[in-house]
Amino acid sequence: MSLQIMTANRLLGGGVVYLGENQEWTDHFTSAKAVEDKDGAAALLVEAEKAEANQIIVGPYLIKVERNEAGLQPLSVKEGIRAKGPTVEYGHGSKANSHGQAKE
Amino acid sequence: MYRYDEFDYDFVQQRVAQFGDQVERRIEGDLTEDQFKPLRLMNGLYLQLHAYMLRVAIPYGTFNSVQMRKLAHIARKYDRGYGHFTTRQNIQYNWPVLKDVPTILKELAEVEMHAIQTSGNCIRNTTSDQYAGAAADEIEDPRVYCEIIRQWSSLHPEFTFLPRKFKVAVTGATTDRAAIRVHDIGLAIVKNDDGDVGFEVHVGGGQGRTPMIGKVVREFLPKEHLLSYLEAILRVYNQIGRRDNKYKARIKILVHETGIDEIRRLVEEEWNRIKDTALNLPLEEVDRINNYFAPPTFETLDATSRSFEVKRFEDRSFATWVRANVVAHKKLGYAIANISLKPEGEAPGDITDDQMEVVADLAEKYSFDEIRATHEQNLVLPHVKLDDLYDVFLGLQEAGLATGNLGLISDMIVCPGLDYCALANARSIPVAQAISKRFADIERQYDIGELKLKISGCINACGHHHVGHIGILGVDRKGEEYYQITLGGNANENAAIGKIIGPSFAYDKIVDAVETVVNTYLEIRDSAEESFLDAYNRVGMSPFKERLYA
Repeated sequence: MSLQIMTANRLLGGGVVYLGENQEWTDHFTSAKAVEDKDGAAALLVEAEKAEANQIIVGPYLIKVERNEAGLQPLSVKEGIRAKGPTVEYGHGSKANSHGQAKE
Repeated sequence: MYRYDEFDYDFVQQRVAQFGDQVERRIEGDLTEDQFKPLRLMNGLYLQLHAYMLRVAIPYGTFNSVQMRKLAHIARKYDRGYGHFTTRQNIQYNWPVLKDVPTILKELAEVEMHAIQTSGNCIRNTTSDQYAGAAADEIEDPRVYCEIIRQWSSLHPEFTFLPRKFKVAVTGATTDRAAIRVHDIGLAIVKNDDGDVGFEVHVGGGQGRTPMIGKVVREFLPKEHLLSYLEAILRVYNQIGRRDNKYKARIKILVHETGIDEIRRLVEEEWNRIKDTALNLPLEEVDRINNYFAPPTFETLDATSRSFEVKRFEDRSFATWVRANVVAHKKLGYAIANISLKPEGEAPGDITDDQMEVVADLAEKYSFDEIRATHEQNLVLPHVKLDDLYDVFLGLQEAGLATGNLGLISDMIVCPGLDYCALANARSIPVAQAISKRFADIERQYDIGELKLKISGCINACGHHHVGHIGILGVDRKGEEYYQITLGGNANENAAIGKIIGPSFAYDKIVDAVETVVNTYLEIRDSAEESFLDAYNRVGMSPFKERLYA
């Protein structure tokens, strides 16, 4: 089984989050807890369902990742963009931050 | 402009209160996401890749300075200082937080705006010609009928849960600027041989994964029968349209599978049953709504303006802007001024809060307080005196809004793509930015001439690639972004679906491929007057294909 982590969006802010080592939801991809077997994935799902029921997150799902010398890396372009934010400057030079996440 | 009556006011206020309550219940845990999702979609609220996205309606693309300032305020206070004009005359905010949305809707309601019918399987906001009421080739103002359709559709109990979303567009001019032939229903205001004004009714157009050009279901529909005929079409669709497969559920599939003759028979049968009932449009009601769209009090002016001509001679950048962005007005001495939201290298359709304020000020001062949003993701000041055009230009220039590229290759329709959209397969905006930079030389763009380039990040075709003279579709090939090119699409009265030229191109090859297509056109065209589309229609795909895959 390939390496997987759990991701979702925060209910209140909508921002992208990952389930971390200590069952906390973190904005940082590299802080996610990675699992390699069925039991580990099932445990992540249980935690995610709990957080969903507690109105912390919405739409949780597992994604495949790999680990290299820089740490965890998303495998798909989509998850890479989810992790880092839009790849483009936006708003024609607005005060916006193009690489941030949604506010809480 | 249309103003809310008591009914509209109460309806929008009730909806704001309802949604406020629904959000509260969601946050408290009384509603699950499955229960909440259809409710938020009914109020224009999506959950996208990075955040919530709120889509605000600008019915038939018409709004005023007070409303634009409110949009700027919302961008500033609740979002990240910008908004994004869409391909259906709406504006999207990409970063609102859930708890703020009821307050945003409340603020919008203060200026008679809302997010209703911008999402979900309902009759969506009716779109129209951005030059309505100003165009020289207009038979009648289509917005009157758009508003009538809005009033009929917003709370129609029979059509609240359709098999799929349903889009209607209306044009009142001979030139179709509203892409009506790629809508579920397209209405063209026409005059018959007796000089009576009515509608030519098209049905079953659309883009997405199965693009179709709408077919004429009725060549002439007297105006008073508009609603009964629409009701008959919707009823036939609602009753026999497929619900087993969301990809087969649009009316275009029903029309295609059933055949236009049988659809016409069913619609006419239903229409004959209901046409002389309460759905008949009372003339006085049409007149009442017509009054909201009465032309502004234009001055009697000469056809030409000396100050305008002098400035055009003196200031080359003004002349360039006028050449592309200024269009003839029906009234002598006035012009339609287009504001391109496609400056070189920027995200198409984006506008900052400060820029919104500038557009609001200019509209208030120079355009009878009217602004239009276009389905091509630009804005319009519809009624500007020729004498005032230079001041408008200077105001736009200072705000970075005076790009003179309307209808040229850099004036692209582009969906948000994988940078924002949860459905996308590939990024659209960076591709558009790279094309815009590659073709930055405005003289080169003029030499190329009219060229509609449209980019979608997935087969849902929000970027209208099927009807681009050059269309680009982002696809996922084993986890990597690739781009397929189509040629020969067209969204106007000669609507056509583009054809795929061949295998797709990698992200770092697509701009070169577009340039090869354009250079091929420049080599094969008969003369500088032969447009890209005309040249393509004359020679077909072969020369482009040969060069592209040599």
